[in-house]
Amino acid sequence: MKVTMTVNGTVRSGDVEPRVLLVDFLRTNLALTGTHIGCDTTSCGACTVRMDGDPVKSCTVLAVQAEGREIKTVEGLANGAALAPIQVGFHEEHGLQCGFCTPGMMMVTSALLERNPNPTDDDIRWAISGNICRCTGYMNIVKAVKHAAQMQSEAAKAPAGAAVAGGGE
Amino acid sequence: MSSTMHMHGGIGESIKRKEDGRFLRGKGNYLDDFVLPNMMHMAILRSPYAHARIKSIDTAAASAKLGVIAVVTGELMAQHKLAWMPTMSGDTQAVLATDKVRFQGQEVAAVIAETKYQAEDALASIIVDYDILPAIISPDGAKAEGAALIRDDKEGQSDNHIYHWESGNQATTQAAFAKAYKVVRLHTFYPRCHPAPLETCGCIADVNPATGKATIYMTSQAPHAIRTVFALVTGLPEQNIRIISPDLGGGFGNKVPVYPGYVVATAASLLLGRPVKWIEDRNENLISTGFARDFHMTGDLAVDKDGKMLALRVHLDSDNGAFFADAQPSKFKAGLFHIVTGSYDIPTAHVTADGYYTNKAPGGVAYRCSFRVTEASYLIERLVSNAAFELGMDQAEFRKKNFIQPEQFPYTSATGWVYDSGDYPKAMDVALKQLGYDEIKKDVEARRKKGEVTGIGIASFTEVVGAGHGAEFDILGLRMFDSAELRVHPTGKAILRMGTKSQGQGHETTFAQIVAEELGIPAQDVAVEEGDTDTAPYGLGTYASRSTPVAGAATAMVARQLREKARKLAAHLLEADEEDLVWERGKFYVKGSPERSKTIQEAAFAAYTNLPEGMQAGLEGVYYYDPPNMTYPFGTYAVVVDIDKGTGQVKVKRMVAVDDCGVRINPMIVEGQIHGGLAEGFGIAFMQLITFDEEGNCIGSNFMDYLIPGAWETPKFELGETSTPSPHHPLGAKGVGESPTVGSPAAYVNAVIDALSPYGITNIDMPVTSDKVWAALRSKGVTE
Repeated sequence: MKVTMTVNGTVRSGDVEPRVLLVDFLRTNLALTGTHIGCDTTSCGACTVRMDGDPVKSCTVLAVQAEGREIKTVEGLANGAALAPIQVGFHEEHGLQCGFCTPGMMMVTSALLERNPNPTDDDIRWAISGNICRCTGYMNIVKAVKHAAQMQSEAAKAPAGAAVAGGGE
Repeated sequence: MSSTMHMHGGIGESIKRKEDGRFLRGKGNYLDDFVLPNMMHMAILRSPYAHARIKSIDTAAASAKLGVIAVVTGELMAQHKLAWMPTMSGDTQAVLATDKVRFQGQEVAAVIAETKYQAEDALASIIVDYDILPAIISPDGAKAEGAALIRDDKEGQSDNHIYHWESGNQATTQAAFAKAYKVVRLHTFYPRCHPAPLETCGCIADVNPATGKATIYMTSQAPHAIRTVFALVTGLPEQNIRIISPDLGGGFGNKVPVYPGYVVATAASLLLGRPVKWIEDRNENLISTGFARDFHMTGDLAVDKDGKMLALRVHLDSDNGAFFADAQPSKFKAGLFHIVTGSYDIPTAHVTADGYYTNKAPGGVAYRCSFRVTEASYLIERLVSNAAFELGMDQAEFRKKNFIQPEQFPYTSATGWVYDSGDYPKAMDVALKQLGYDEIKKDVEARRKKGEVTGIGIASFTEVVGAGHGAEFDILGLRMFDSAELRVHPTGKAILRMGTKSQGQGHETTFAQIVAEELGIPAQDVAVEEGDTDTAPYGLGTYASRSTPVAGAATAMVARQLREKARKLAAHLLEADEEDLVWERGKFYVKGSPERSKTIQEAAFAAYTNLPEGMQAGLEGVYYYDPPNMTYPFGTYAVVVDIDKGTGQVKVKRMVAVDDCGVRINPMIVEGQIHGGLAEGFGIAFMQLITFDEEGNCIGSNFMDYLIPGAWETPKFELGETSTPSPHHPLGAKGVGESPTVGSPAAYVNAVIDALSPYGITNIDMPVTSDKVWAALRSKGVTE
């Protein structure tokens, strides 16, 4: 059946079986392979995307459930060459190692920062408690999110139109 | 560090990682991200039983399903002599079962279909008729009288025993025990766990029917060794096999072995002439691929009346699963377990090990560990703390009294290891100071008087990492050297290729920093590539913390070779004598005239444009490094816990980790590695368990049963450092990625046992879950 949704600001359609998972639709039909599959049981969070702003685990959402919704994936975080603050935070604070959990972590924490621009360590740890990382021990992920929060609060204070400093390659 | 160093990104600089950009943008290249034209998908049918004879397999209905191209069984594989494959421990392992299934999750058949969904759908239509046999789930079960023979396929195998192995000296150890003032015994089980990298294993096999070239994309930590194994197993000529290991979503030892799925997918691609993709799901990963530990250990420590250690005696039973497929150096049946005397000057030791077949998944891998060092470190550190409790001595003092002293290095241990360097008392002192040990100890004593259950755990581990040297350490005869190939381009930029394979350790940054240090080419100008066997020089891969000790050394050595050629080029450009040139990182200048200089980039350009008479063009080289010895990182970890008497819940209040891995190339990356290992050690100590019921059903087959620590459970870590350079490594570096997983489980558990020791509790097997702690307290009448 036909399914249509807005993905990273662009209207995308596809023909799928009703049982096709959102993560498979994104990865296979739309070739957006930044969203990963880690467990198939909604336990690890590697597949986290945002649906109408809320973080959801796309391995337990059917593609057809996203009909007419706004989906944002890791590919939609950066604005061209300029990385989003959450991406800069992960780079600057060494918040990633193998990188497999990183897209899901950034989707969850970018949502957190919209809701809570100045989170404590515990706020961050609670927000990412549904996302597993096997490499970092979470220490630097917490720092990365705080780094991004700091950048966002500085940007909010800066005069309108001031660019956010880039990072990474 | 000087500002020049900062610009170059040389050794000791915490430069940001070069590889981050693609991962932050969702543009990593993990195996499942690859799509080849005309690619088919494979799914594997696995045994629901732990032990059963296969009476028949009916594939007719599955073959007729929509989208199905082929159904592969063991019978078909046998026609091509591929139903069985050799293991890394000199045994055989079934690729697809032909006679019996020997563990739950064993590969029985495979479906090749147009889509992943179609392949998985068809699995349900394969009808297998099984005759169920009794399952054996422990070494005790394996050696019981009348136990079923698991490996009836092996000629001459009449029981379930695999190997007996010994190290040390039985006679001198016995004599020392006879004179002991006290013998402290610890019997403990290091349970089975699983590395569970967030990305599971998989491959895409692409055998080109026109050329015969087999290109296999594979989640592999050791692509070159796998290429050679594939050549030997399949008979394909090695030049026609190309293994590409792309970005790996973690490995931790799980991606070292050859799995049946790789062989079946390759055979299917060969037979069908199209690429075949196979990606295991989490359940398959946990129930069938390389597990870790599963050692039943008994240690006896003999001490004199002053608390000096006299001798150590250890026996272990190893549960190896249905096939002896441990990934470890060929000469060592229980890995490097005989490092079990640890950080202590124990005059004599005797270690015996027996391995057994059971109806459990095969493939004991070094899960963030240098081949069974984790088990050894856990046993000795637990035993030492228990001995201190029993002797009424302070855990730290007892350790200090028995440490190998700094002036004793190089130190030959009772089981023959030659420790390269160390300063154990210093690491201990730094850790105790950082923890505030004396105050915390007073606090613990005061709170115990009020009836609270609280304790401190210490572990002072010694790791042995960086295999080889090649004469002693080999995988299937392949010596455990590693390699680096460095090419400097005319514009002074470079590409470095190595035989190792990063799984998140940051090789693209760390190894570029070694080139920056040795050759003066900024780290940003050095591309680092690994994992493609057609382009990278041969190496044994990344596991057992060997990349920096071995390939890192090779990188330094090849850079130094190129520097010598660059010296000749600079001398030619400066019309000076080679001997008159002084090297300052990034340039050569004429002694006494620093204004007469040529940069490394100018020398590189000259290598292609303006050569001295008789010199070959180019500035490139390759170095194969076979280390003279292993490296011996060490450290002291200290943990403080509070235990809730009512529920048995353990709260880790402090975790101080002081690591000494010699020279740190990128301290930021090293600290990140330590954080990660401490979290995995926490998981092993308190949460992660792969266990089995009496019928051999795997409990822990998904992330709802196999508990991985999340951010909420994981404690906060406080790191400290000492630095004792390796005397034989060209940069003074040692491996580090595994130290925290090796050292921390004992520190966590010792804290729990310290808290429980006033009640006479001496052991709780990992994972130390609330229910076990509660039951132990209840057995002593401490709680209701």
